[in-house]
Order: sequence, then structure tokens, then C-alpha cells
Amino acid sequence: MSIAITTQIICFTVLSLVILIGALGVVLLQSIVYSAFLLGGVFMSVAGLYLLLNASFVAAAQVLVYVGAVNVLIIFAIMLVNKKEDLKPINDIKSRRIISTSICLTLLSLLIRVDLTNIWSLSSPQNSIGEESTIRIGEHLFSDYLLPFEVASVLLLMAMIGAIVLARRDVMNKDISTGLPVDQELIEKSSEPLLTNKN
Amino acid sequence: MMSLESIPIQAFLIVSSALFCIGIWGLLNSRNAVRVLMSIELMLNAVNINLMAFSSYVDNNLIQGQVFTIFVITVAAAEAAVGLAILLSLYRNRVTVDMESFNLLKW
Repeated sequence: MSIAITTQIICFTVLSLVILIGALGVVLLQSIVYSAFLLGGVFMSVAGLYLLLNASFVAAAQVLVYVGAVNVLIIFAIMLVNKKEDLKPINDIKSRRIISTSICLTLLSLLIRVDLTNIWSLSSPQNSIGEESTIRIGEHLFSDYLLPFEVASVLLLMAMIGAIVLARRDVMNKDISTGLPVDQELIEKSSEPLLTNKN
Repeated sequence: MMSLESIPIQAFLIVSSALFCIGIWGLLNSRNAVRVLMSIELMLNAVNINLMAFSSYVDNNLIQGQVFTIFVITVAAAEAAVGLAILLSLYRNRVTVDMESFNLLKW
């Protein structure tokens, strides 16, 4: 990479801060809409980190797939299920918070210890192919990773069909179990929940 | 000050570890099902940063880590689509997105 090391360090620091603060905002903010937009910012910053690592193709794929598809899908889901509701209080929420936070901090300290103490066998930077990585990814995808590539296409087809089957409304006019006409409107109406406890 | 010729790989690994732990915390503590899906996406991104860092520092000639990242992005897109479809279907049946009310499999 031809950027000076000082510039790289500045870019890395800014991107890391945006990633970590944005991720904390995603899990901690009250409003789910703010979380979704912060998630888009986190995805963009991760793409910036990929650019720092000489991987322009993966950075472009990250922006296209995560910011362009996944984040938009999440925002659509929020729009469809956005209902103000009062959550039922849980009686042991405090102990649950304490236990989960301690588990996460323990895991974090363990991972950071491994990151810092292990001696990584780094390869020499002279071997780096740099900006030719797109060509190399294409060669991999059509030679030694051909089977995973084809399986991924089948997986995407299955996910597409599965999502349609799961999310669509009933195609029949009448409900089979109750005999009532099926609600075909786009907006959700309040209806009797099917799976609630009867007692 | 020590002069570096590139960013150390440990910096990338620490960022990815912290992002993964934030994702786990959000997964365990969210009441909203959409936020749980967002936490899973954060964890997948942490794994991707890890793969990309190793691909660039350890295996910078045959960049197999970048190919793995492409596959992880593919699977994450499929997972998000199916996860949100399941969420919509749950919302239609239960009229809530509260994770505490999804206890059908509890025995």
C-alpha cells in the first residue's frame, strides 16, 4: 500500500472508534431506528478497514451486500413491526445483566490476551499481491473453491424461496381452521394471536 | 517512539474481539428481536475483520481469507433474509417482537 504509515494509523484509529462506538450504540440505544442507522455506519467503517487491508473487492461487496441489502432489509422489518409496546418487566433482570456482562468481559479479556501474547508467523510483505487481489479471488472462486461457490448459489436460492414462503400471507380466501375470510391488507390489523396460551 | 512499517495485526484482532463481544452482549440482553438480528450481523462482521486481517498479514499471496469472507457475506445475506421472514411470521402470530414472549419451545 502506498499510503504513508501515519495516515494509515490515523485512518485505522478513526475507523476503529467509529466501529466500536457505533456497535455500542447499536446494542445500547433505546430507539431501534437509531440502532439500524448506526449499524449502517458500522458496516461502512468495516468496509474502510478492508480498504486499509488492500482488499478493494471485498470492501465493495461489503458496501453492496451489507449496507445496500441487509441494512435496508432490517429497516424495512423495523417499519413493518414497529409497534409501541410496554415490555413486561422481568424479575431477575439485574442478575441476568450482571452474569451476561461478566461473561462478555471474561471472553473479551481472554481473546485480547490471545491476540497479544501469541506470536503470529507473519509472511513477508514482499509477497503481497496488493491490488491484484480481485483477480486472485476470481481464480480461487473458479478453481479450488468452485464447489462452495456453487453450493452458495443453491443456498441463496433456498433462502429466497424460504423467505417468500415464510413471510407471505395466506393465498386462500378463507382461513382453513376458523372459516373466516383472510385479511389480505398490507397493513397489520389487530387480530387474535394464534399461538397465545389459552389458559 | 517505535517506528512501524505497517499497522500491527494485533490492532485488527483487538478491534474484532471487542466487536464480537459487543455482539454477544447485545444478543444476550436485547428484548427486541430485530436488535438480536443486528447483534448477529455485528458478530459476523467481527469474524470477517478477523479473516481479512489474517488473509492480509499471514497469507498475503494466496488470499484465501478474502474468499472465505465473500462466502461469509453470502451466508449472512441469506441468514438476514430468512431471519427477518421468520420475525415477520412470528409478529403476525404473536403481535409482539419481545423475545421473552417467544417461549413456544419451553417445556
